Amino acid sequence: MNTEKKQAELMKEISGVNPLKCMKCGKCSASCPSFNEMDIKPHQFVSYVVNEDIESLVNSKSLWKCLSCFACVERCPRDVKPGKLIDAARQLVVRQREQDYLSPNEIPELLDPELPQQLLVSAFRRYRR
Amino acid sequence: MKYSYYPGCTLRTKAKDLDAYARVSARALGFELEEIENWQCCGGVYPLGTDEIATKLSSVRALNEAKEKGQDLITLCSACHHVIKRVNDDMKNVEDIRTRANNYMQLEEPYAGETTVLHFLEVLRDRIGFDKLKEKVVNPLKGKKIGAYYGCLLLRPGKILEFDNPENPSVIEDFIRAIGAEPVVYPYRNECCGGYISLKEKDMSKNMCNNIMDSAAGFGADMLITACPLCLYNLNKSGNGKLPIYYFTELLAEALGVKDEVKKEVERQ
Repeated sequence: MNTEKKQAELMKEISGVNPLKCMKCGKCSASCPSFNEMDIKPHQFVSYVVNEDIESLVNSKSLWKCLSCFACVERCPRDVKPGKLIDAARQLVVRQREQDYLSPNEIPELLDPELPQQLLVSAFRRYRR
Repeated sequence: MKYSYYPGCTLRTKAKDLDAYARVSARALGFELEEIENWQCCGGVYPLGTDEIATKLSSVRALNEAKEKGQDLITLCSACHHVIKRVNDDMKNVEDIRTRANNYMQLEEPYAGETTVLHFLEVLRDRIGFDKLKEKVVNPLKGKKIGAYYGCLLLRPGKILEFDNPENPSVIEDFIRAIGAEPVVYPYRNECCGGYISLKEKDMSKNMCNNIMDSAAGFGADMLITACPLCLYNLNKSGNGKLPIYYFTELLAEALGVKDEVKKEVERQ
């Protein structure tokens, strides 16, 4: 059984994205405010799914640098939605047992008196199940 | 005029002033925000997975309650606005999500996206009108140069939120003009502040917030306004402190001459 192929299919299903529509113009990466921090850039992310190299994606730092700000989604001329693919890879990770990127035990150290609840709920939703 | 109102988690805790300034301003403008009962947190970010249902139900409950009252649903926080509008779009246009969410909800009549979701700024623009608002201003904020900070959640994706032009928005600039101040248009006004990244990646958030502050200050702004508690927190906490940042409702209340009523409003909550 080719697990990577299966995982690539699962990513397409979760995201609802067809990566074959990508014409590699790079506008997503040019728009991305996290570009410098990403090891796999948004436009590359799409190619990795096409090439079924999911192992690299689920181990990529990019998963935890994406802000879901939708700049890439808004500006893509082919409506590929790279940000949704990145989220699908994040889901592949956090939907597994004990693969959360944020644990409640970390929270006390991260708090400060002004920190809004909105920040905690948003981070929990993106970083864990 | 009465609207259903969804405050959201942060407006009941760290951003009480964003809420209170809006309530007193609404009263001064002749409309009422009727808080829906038993609202639950929207989750702060829209669940992107197409197979996510349970995480959307709190929004569906709020939307359905407004529908049953026959009212439009107003939000103030950019994040609530973003999440609830997108879930409403799902309920209207995505059959699979609509069916499965309604299976959970067991309502007398299934919910299918009937409610109109409006951000407070949309009410000012589309229901009150900026011309009318201008007439009600008793204390125009003359001489203030204000940069509108939109961030990401209000604007994108533009086709679903239908809030304003996502690349060249104007609603907050028009609002600034209506309250008698001068808007400053700067390039970073619709760039992300880092959002939830500031919890674990403080340096990333710092870079982004500094870019925004520098851009606005460089174009001559002497303050920024926002609708989002997380943007306000990130810009204050991670930014270089070049500019003060306020909720747009605070300036609205000031211009309408009702700012002093807010203390009573906060105590009432």
